[in-house]
Amino acid sequence: MSVRPLSWRELPAAPVITEAGSALRYKTGSWRALRPVIDRGKCIKCLLCWVYCPEPAIIRGEDDGVEVDYDYCKGCGICANECPVKAISMVEEG
Amino acid sequence: MATPIKTLKEIPREELFTPGHRLCAGCGIPQLVRMVLKAIPGPKVIVNATGCLEVATTIYPYTSWKVPWVHNAFENVAATAAGIEAAFKALEKKRGVKRPKIIALAGDGGTFDIGLQALSGALERGHDMIFICYDNEAYMNTGIQRSGATPRGAATTTTPAGSVVPGKIERKKDLMGIAISHGVRYAATMNPAYPVDMYNKIVKAASVEGPTVLHYFCPCPTGWRFDTAKSIEVSRLAVQTRYWPLYEYEDGTYRINVVVRNPRPLEDFLKLQGRFAHLLRPENKHILEQLKRDVEENWNRLMKLAGLS
Ligand code: SF4
Ligand code: SF4
Repeated sequence: MSVRPLSWRELPAAPVITEAGSALRYKTGSWRALRPVIDRGKCIKCLLCWVYCPEPAIIRGEDDGVEVDYDYCKGCGICANECPVKAISMVEEG
Repeated sequence: MATPIKTLKEIPREELFTPGHRLCAGCGIPQLVRMVLKAIPGPKVIVNATGCLEVATTIYPYTSWKVPWVHNAFENVAATAAGIEAAFKALEKKRGVKRPKIIALAGDGGTFDIGLQALSGALERGHDMIFICYDNEAYMNTGIQRSGATPRGAATTTTPAGSVVPGKIERKKDLMGIAISHGVRYAATMNPAYPVDMYNKIVKAASVEGPTVLHYFCPCPTGWRFDTAKSIEVSRLAVQTRYWPLYEYEDGTYRINVVVRNPRPLEDFLKLQGRFAHLLRPENKHILEQLKRDVEENWNRLMKLAGLS
């Protein structure tokens, strides 16, 4: 090892993360067992799924149409449970 | 300063809280965090007590935050927020630096129990900050132990429901009452199933100079044992059964924001959650009756305070 270990004086006082929103590099989509599928024909653009998604993994488009970001969606099913017109169905992954 | 809204369409699009965090699927904390960051525009500092939110959103070297954020212990989030506020006040005076909004976020452990004395001190000294408690009614991050916020009858790992003791036997502390008795000018309860109400309360809290307290109902599928898809459904039922009254206190006046004229039976809220399953068995009827009484007494007290009864 050619890296010189830092002395305690050189260590930061506490762990510091300087890259804002670096969690975007950590994809949580692999947690998902059920995949939400949105029927755009049925969607009335009420935005409830966008507001209620905990990740957030619902992308709100310019026209208020919505899309699922499968990189991060954990498959909780809140969106499908809350959609007032049942435009979202949960289908098994795999 | 943001202005109050009437519809979801008016909620700003910008997200300052990113996915990629490790909160459980179906967790109720992010709906609060997203709304806080949207309803308070401009420079802000988040001070986060130990708890699920802190642990799951800042696993080194990852962070979900796109705003300045600092973690402190369970017990001192309000003290840290107070110190940051005092430092910015000095910078403002000496160098004309624009003061950011200081927002403290803590779970019920970091608010009702371990963080209470620091909160009391900060409220009494009158620091300009918004203190927000996300209340999932137990120490979820450390393994679902009971807290001062756990309701009567709920099963936790330290108050398991058995044949002798039917879950927690004591009632929940009144955080709003504690905050209001310190003389804060604004305090309110919030619930994720009512996002417009939540947004407007955050806007209002941010417009008040001095300390304000917001108390958020935080559904927890893991600790309360319900299907992850039901987070919002459980939250809505909490309001519709009068379990979680939505109200605000402003300069001496109480206002109930959702007046529940015909409440749903409390059982509708309880039966979705494993932590209350034992309450629906005949041998535990007495504790169910006590919990119902707690809910009714609290509702009647608030109706009186709001001049509605
Ligand atoms: S299933 Fe859950 S995580 Fe996935 S998009 Fe719907 S609300 Fe978001
Ligand atoms: S909840 Fe349903 S109707 Fe509303 S925006 Fe989402 S998919 Fe469309």
